[in-house]
Formats: sequence, structure tokens, C-alpha cells
Amino acid sequence: MTDYYRTIKEIIFALVIVFTFTTLVLLAAGAPPFEAYYHIFKGALGSWIRFSHVIKTWIPLTLCACGLLYTFRINLWNIGIEGQMMMGAVFTTACLRFGLESPVQPLFLWFSFAAGITGGAIWAFGAGFLKTKGGVNEIFAGLGLNFVAQGIILWLIFGPWKRPGVASMSGTEIFPHTMWLPHLTSIRLSPVGLGLVTLALVITALMLRYTRIGLYLKAIGNNPNAARIFGIKRAKYMLIAMLFAGGFAGLAGSLQVTGVYHRLLPAISSNYGYLALLVVMLANYNIWLAPFIAFFFACLNVGSIQLPMVLQLDSSLSGVIQGSLVLAALAVHAWRTFRKDNSHRGIE
Amino acid sequence: MSEFDLTILFASIVAGAAPIVLAALGETITEKAGVINLSLDGTILLSAMASFVIAYETGSLITGFLTGAVIGGIVASLVAFFSVYLRQSQVAVGFVLTLMTRDLAYFLGNSYSRIQGPQVEPLHVPLMNKIPFIGPILFGQNIVVYFSVAMIGICWWYLYRTPMGLNLRSIGENPKASFSRGINSRKMQMVYSVCGGMFVGLAGAAFSLSTKPGWGRPQGAEGTGWIALALVIFGGWNPIKAAIGAYLFSFLQVMGIYFQGWFPSIPAQVFQVAPFPLMIFTLVIMHLTQKESVLSWAEEKNWIKSVLKMFSSTAPQSLGKPYKPD
Repeated sequence: MTDYYRTIKEIIFALVIVFTFTTLVLLAAGAPPFEAYYHIFKGALGSWIRFSHVIKTWIPLTLCACGLLYTFRINLWNIGIEGQMMMGAVFTTACLRFGLESPVQPLFLWFSFAAGITGGAIWAFGAGFLKTKGGVNEIFAGLGLNFVAQGIILWLIFGPWKRPGVASMSGTEIFPHTMWLPHLTSIRLSPVGLGLVTLALVITALMLRYTRIGLYLKAIGNNPNAARIFGIKRAKYMLIAMLFAGGFAGLAGSLQVTGVYHRLLPAISSNYGYLALLVVMLANYNIWLAPFIAFFFACLNVGSIQLPMVLQLDSSLSGVIQGSLVLAALAVHAWRTFRKDNSHRGIE
Repeated sequence: MSEFDLTILFASIVAGAAPIVLAALGETITEKAGVINLSLDGTILLSAMASFVIAYETGSLITGFLTGAVIGGIVASLVAFFSVYLRQSQVAVGFVLTLMTRDLAYFLGNSYSRIQGPQVEPLHVPLMNKIPFIGPILFGQNIVVYFSVAMIGICWWYLYRTPMGLNLRSIGENPKASFSRGINSRKMQMVYSVCGGMFVGLAGAAFSLSTKPGWGRPQGAEGTGWIALALVIFGGWNPIKAAIGAYLFSFLQVMGIYFQGWFPSIPAQVFQVAPFPLMIFTLVIMHLTQKESVLSWAEEKNWIKSVLKMFSSTAPQSLGKPYKPD
């Protein structure tokens, strides 16, 4: 009971820090803080259309968060998730373009998911291979590959896949409606996307909890030396974790193409990969907390789009709130361990 | 861009490298003391924004640069405090700060976007700039560039030729041993993180006040922080080698502009990402230099051996693992 009480106290404490900090930032920018908060709230949940935008952001965020749970388990920092999502989108677009000529277009829509997963997994395997065989830290390998993926997208949009006549940052030509993810007009959402996210969450939870892979990932992550003595191949499981992460990120990229934008554009990944890293950290690597935090972050992202229109502020305020939340959570967590250490010392 | 002038090419390489050199030097100092500051990319943007805004409001470039240094120091002190005293993962804190400081920069700098502000004027060194070829490259620049070049030597000298530098390196190698030799390792790690962070802040200021004057979204400094982090490894934690890496990177960036002129059908963005895969490639080579099989294979081949030797280096032993007093 006291533990619950303490946790709630800590959460409130962290929220107060974040709230104070963000308010100060808003005041520094010369903006009315409460009006800004109100517009973010209204912008995210004020109408059904906006709520559907939130869900459209929530889907890729949660998918990436699922993937990251595998890599974090084994202590890998899969910063390359952003590029993995981009490559998922590239492979999906390639598959759909291939299908344009075919008489069975809708079939290619379903192939494109597999293509997206493959694309993300290939990119993740690249980073994993560089880490295990090339001795390159996964952060740098991932980042480098992110930049390469961005370059590939730009090259495709301005080169081979450019729109007839004009090549521009607005992306490739929009696919015909037959190539769009089935969409319920009544709720402006695709049941397929929601179904895939639920499936991803369930699979990840089961994999990490009940399978050998899940156990080994955790064993290596917690104690690499003990795992080595047990004969668990670290490199192999690192690659497996990367493949899962890349696969989920690729699926997220795939859904961005088929379900949201219906074309390939430079900002197809919208930084959701990086944001998912923050989601998982704030969820304290807990799979059941991650979707809720992803939802909250999605609200912030969608809501803050209102800021430039209504208050002439930059929409990056959402990033400031999200970052300070994670920092505050880390600080509170550190404070707790610090106190625990001290109280142990007191008993001795 | 059809004409190709070597003097102009080299002069633009040296000028463009100035902020990258400063950031790489700062991170080298920080990592030599055993702390990884992953927040570089965001720190550079935040300090670039702050320096530009302050210099614009006060009309004083020096105040602008000082602001940049202070911002860099503050962000670095957060990373160091979280890791050294609160024992949190440096990578996690650094990564969060990278994203957060970047967004903070865009948010707070919004109203100062795309306006004309003060910028550092060129300062030619009299007589010296008349030397053919070398003159315009090394002595026809501005004070920021001179400062960056001077700091390469000063950093090296401090690290390898002074007792304080020896202490600094010992903290990065073995903080516990340094502690028993009477050095307050945790305090020194804080101090050197802040010092390194101030260099990074200056790099940001150098961007918005000299190399790419002005502020906007995007500013043009995006990605530099990550490059600087990779350069530290590329340089094997040696300030001189890291600086050479910075000049190589600047060379690639400048060449990108030329290539764009020569191959107009390929979009500019493709050349801008080219240095990143090259960076990964060098990191792989560096890893190979530490493998027995490769070393024995190169034993007979003298030139390969010397190339490998150039790339071989090891990280400070306790990098990223601050020491916990009992």
C-alpha cells in the first residue's frame, strides 16, 4: 500500500516538474501557457476527425514501441528504427507500384505488408550485422543507415519514381483508391491497422514472456557473461532482436503508405521511430504501459499542430513536453534508487 | 560551379570545418574523462539558436558566443550529473536531451527565423595572407576559424603534455584508481563534461553567427552533432586525428556541392548523406585493425600495416561507466 502511495506521489512530482518547465518555456516564448495547453487538448480530442488523426499517429508509434521492446531487452539501442520504418515504406511503395499494372491490384495491397516488413528487417539486419561482425556501435550504425534511408527516399522521389512532369518534396504520385487500406468512413479509421497493432502487442507480449527467444534476450540483456557461460550466442540473439524490431518498424512504415499518405514522401516516418524510443523509456520498458503512453504522445503531437495556426508558435512544443517527461521520469527513478541505497546503508 | 579553384576549395573546407572541429574537440575532452555526451546534435542547435537570438538582441557577437558556451555547458552538466551522481544511463539521458534541446531550439527560436542578424566579419592576417596558396586558406578567414585551428593544438597539448591532462586521461581509464591517488574523479568528470559541452556550445554559435549565419527550421547544422560523435571514434580519442576527420568530412561536404554542379540530375540530398556511410565504413576498418587475423595477414605488407596502424586505437577503458564510491 505504501508502495502504491509512493509511486503515485512520484508520478505527481514528475508531472509538476514537467508542467512548471513547459510553462516557463511558453512564457519565455511570450505565449499564453494555458491557452496553449487548451489548444493542444482541443486539437487532439476536440472532434472525431482529430481523434482519428491521433489514432493514425498512435498506430506507427505503438508498432515501433513493440519492436523496440525486443532490442531494449538485449540492451541494444536501436536508434536505426527510424530508417527501418522508412525502408518499410520504400519496399511497400515498390510493391504497390509493381501491382499497378496487374489485374489483381487488391492482392498487392496485402503483399505490400510483407514487403514492408521485409524492408524494415533488411535495414535492421544491416545495423545488427555491423554491430556483431563489424564492431560498429549500433547507435552509429543505425544513425548512418537512417541517413542512407533518407537519401534513398529522396533519390526515388526525385529520380525513378518522380511524378510525371514535376518532381517535388510532396512525394510520389498518389495511388488509386483500390490500393488504399480498407477504411471505414463512419469512424475514418482502418480496422486493418488497428487489428495489426493489437496483433503486434499480443505477439510481443507472448514472445517476450513465454518463448525461448524472449528468455534468452532477457538473459543476455541482464547478464551477458552468465549468458555466455550458458552457451547462449549473443550475436545470434542480437540479430534476432533486430529483425523483430525492424519487422515491426517496417510494418509501421507500410501502414503509413497504404493507410495514411497513399504515396511515398520524404517525411514518411515523421520521426515516430525516435519518438517510440522515448515512449518505451517512459513506459519503463513495460509492454502494457507503452500503448497508453504512445496514445498520450500521439495526442501531444496532433494537438500541437494547432499551435502554429492559432498562436503562431512552433509545433515542436510537443517534443519539449515529451522529452522533459522522460527526463523527469529518469530523475524520479534515480532518486528512488538513491534513497533505497541510503536506507540500506542505514540498516547496516 | 563550373570553375574549379583549389585555393577556394581548401579555404571553404577550412572555414566549413570550424564548428565541426570545435564540437569534435569538445566531445573528445568529455569522452577522455569517461563520459559520453550523446546530446551533441541537439545541443549544437539550441546553442546556435540562443547565440543568434542573444547576439541579435544585444548586437554583441561576444555575448552571443558566450551564451552558446553557457548553453552547451548546462546541457553537458545535465548529462554528467544524471550519469555520474544519479547513475542513470548516459546514452538514455543524452538521447532524450538531443531530441528535447532540438525541439526547444525550434520552439523558442520560431520568431527569429529567417531574419538578418549580426555575423562574424572576416579578419585577414596582414602580410601572412599574401603568401601564395596557403595565405588565403589559413590567414584569410575569420576569428572563429583561427580559434578552432588553435584549439586543436591546445587540446592536444593539454591532454598529453600537462599534469592536469594526465589526470584527465587517468579518470577516463580508471576512475577508481585516480580516486585513490587523491583525484576527486566524479567532480572532475563533471568539470570536464562541462568544458567539453562549452566547446560544443561554441560550435553551435559558430554555425549561427559565422558558418551558416542566421536561424531557421532547418538551420543547416542538423546532423553535425552525430558526425562529431562519430569523428571522436574515428580520431581514436585523439584531438588531432579527430580534427583531421573533421576536415575530411568538410571536404566531402564541399565536394558534394561540386558534384551537384557536375551531375545536376542527382538530387543534392543524396550527396549530403554520402559522408555518413563513409563514416560507418571507417568505423568497420577501425574494428578490423583490432583483429588478430587481420594483423597477422598484414604482417608482411608494410604499407597496409602502416595504414592499419593509423586507424587502430582503443576507447578510454571506463568510457560510459562512472565510478561508484563505496
